[in-house]
Amino acid sequence: MENTSAAIPDLQSVADTINGAIPGAGVTVVSNEGPSGQDSLLFQNKYAEACARWLKQDSPWKMDYLSNATGIDWTEEALKKKLGKDAEPEATAGFLETVYHLYSMQTSAGPLVFRIRTGNRSDDVALPSMTPIWRSAELQEREIFDLYGIHFEGHPDLRRIMMWDSFEGHPMRKDYVEPDDYEYEPTPHADVLKKSATHQNPSKKGGNQ
Amino acid sequence: MSEMLNDPMLGAGPQYEMTSSGEGSPEGTERMEVSMGPHHPSTHGVFRMDVELDGETIVKLKPVFGYLHRNHEKIAEETSYLGSMPYTDRLDYFNSMTNNWAYTLSVEKLAGFEVPERAEYIRVITAELSRLQNHVCLIGFLVQDMGALGTPLMYAFRERERILDLFESLSGARMMCNYMRFGGCRCDLPQGWIEQAWQVVEAFPRFLDEYEALLSENEVLMSRSQEVGVLPKELAIDAGVTGPILRAAGVNYDIRKVDGYGIYDRFDFKVPLGEHGDTYDRYMIRILEMRESVSILRQALKDIPEGEIVHPKAKSRGLRPPVGEAYGRIEAPKGELGFYLISDKTPQPYRFRVRPPSFINLTILEDMCLGHTIADSVIILGSVDIVLGEVDR
Repeated sequence: MENTSAAIPDLQSVADTINGAIPGAGVTVVSNEGPSGQDSLLFQNKYAEACARWLKQDSPWKMDYLSNATGIDWTEEALKKKLGKDAEPEATAGFLETVYHLYSMQTSAGPLVFRIRTGNRSDDVALPSMTPIWRSAELQEREIFDLYGIHFEGHPDLRRIMMWDSFEGHPMRKDYVEPDDYEYEPTPHADVLKKSATHQNPSKKGGNQ
Repeated sequence: MSEMLNDPMLGAGPQYEMTSSGEGSPEGTERMEVSMGPHHPSTHGVFRMDVELDGETIVKLKPVFGYLHRNHEKIAEETSYLGSMPYTDRLDYFNSMTNNWAYTLSVEKLAGFEVPERAEYIRVITAELSRLQNHVCLIGFLVQDMGALGTPLMYAFRERERILDLFESLSGARMMCNYMRFGGCRCDLPQGWIEQAWQVVEAFPRFLDEYEALLSENEVLMSRSQEVGVLPKELAIDAGVTGPILRAAGVNYDIRKVDGYGIYDRFDFKVPLGEHGDTYDRYMIRILEMRESVSILRQALKDIPEGEIVHPKAKSRGLRPPVGEAYGRIEAPKGELGFYLISDKTPQPYRFRVRPPSFINLTILEDMCLGHTIADSVIILGSVDIVLGEVDR
C-alpha cells in the first residue's frame, strides 16, 4: 500500500539527521500504534521553522509540497485517557497542536508528518507559521486560527476565514459551547413571554391577579 | 508611431496618480472596489471575490467564503464513523463517490481493513465515472462563463444524466450516493449494470469528439482563455495546488500514479500535462483526462471479477478503531482529497479533518487574476473548479 514512503527511512533516523544538522533542534518521534503506522516528528517551537526549511530545501527527499495542515485540541481528559492514570501531571496538561503532512512532488516521497505543540489551551497561544515556507499553509492556517484560536507568528494575513469577523470563540475547541441562539436580539416579545410565564404560575412573585 | 506620441493633441499619456483612498483625480479615475458575489451566477455558489479595479484591470482580489460553513468536522467528531459517510457526499456534491472513497480509504488505514477485489474494481469504475461527469460539467460551466449560454452545458448535462442514471441504479441516489463502506461497498452491482456501463463508456468518446469539434478550436474560447490566468509551475507546487490545474501547469503529479492506491497500479493510463498553465491548458487537460478515464473504465469493466463486495473482517456499524491516526488521500476530480483521522477507541473520531482540494486551490486565485480584466476573473475562477460545499465545509 505505502509504496511511496520507501524513499524516507524510519523516522528515528530522520530525527537524528535533523538533530545533527540543526544543533539543539531536539526533534523527537511521536509513535503511532495504529495499523496505519504513520509516525510523526515533534518539533520544538523555537526550531520548527529551521527544521521545516531543512526538510524542504536540504533533506534528500525535498519535501516541497505541504498537503495538509490542521489543528488538534488535546484536552486534559483526552490525554489522561490516552496516557493512563499513572501519567505525570505535566504530561496530561492540555495543549493545542498543529499537524502538517508533507509530500514531495520532485521525488514522490511522503507522507512525512510533523507536529508542533503549544504550552497550554488558553486563548493566548502562538505557534510559528509555515506559510513563509509553503504557501499552501496560508488558508489552512487561517482556518486553524479561526476554529482553534492558535495565533501564527509570521503569517502574512491572519484573519478569520470561515466564521464572521465579529464572531467570538473557537468552534473546534472541545469545550466550545454554542450559543442557544446566534441571532438573539432583545425584543418586546421577550417581556411578553416573561409576563405570560407568571400567568401560568400565579404563586410566583409578581404574578398577575 | 513616434510622431503620434509627440502629437500635442494626444498628450503624453496619463498624468494623474492612481489613488485608492477614493479621492477622485481630475480625470475621475480612482480605483473601484467591487464585491463579486456572494450571489453571482459565475461564482458557482455562495462565494465572494472582493476585487479592486483600476479601470477594468484587477489590482487586488481577496476571496471571501464561509457562507456555507456548517463545521462538518465538528459534526463528524460527534457522530459515529459510519454516520459521517452521508455527510461526505455533501462536501463536493458533484462527486460523492470519490468523497466516499477518500473517507473510507482513511478509515481502512486507521482500522487496518482490507478490501476485496470486486469492491476495488467497483470503486475504480464509480470514481472514473465521477471524473467523467465532473470534468464534462466543468467545461460546460466554463464555456457558459465565456458566454456560450446553454448549448454546451446542456450537452454536458445530457452525458451526465446517463452517468447519474448508473449511480441511481447502483446506490438508489443520483448525487448523494452514500455508497461505499469500510472494507468494501454497500451493495453489489445490479443485474445488467455492467452492460449499461459499457454502453455509456463506449458512447462517451464519440461525444467527446463532437464536443471538441465544437469547442477546442473555437475562436472565442481560444481568445478568452489562452494566456489568461497563467499559473507558474513553482507557484503551483509551493501553494499546494493539486489536480488538473497542477498538471495543466506542467507538474507530473497524479496521486493515482504516485500512491497507486486501490488497484490503480494495474491500469495502463497516461497523465496528460499542460505546457503554458493558462486557462486553455486547464480546459484541454480535462478533455485529455476524460479520454484516459475512458481507457481506465474499459480496462476495469473488462477485468472486474466476481466475488464478495465487503471484506468479512471489516466492520462498519459500531466501529471502534484502535488508538492511532491515519491520513488517506485520493486523486479526486478536483485534486487531492484527504481525510486525517485520530481514533481514541471510542465510536466517534477524536479528530476528523478534511483536506479539501477546492479550498486549497483557491490560494492562488489572486495571483492568477492580477493584471487581467474583471471579466477574465470569472473565467479563471471557473477553470479552478471549486464547489462551495467543499470549500466551506
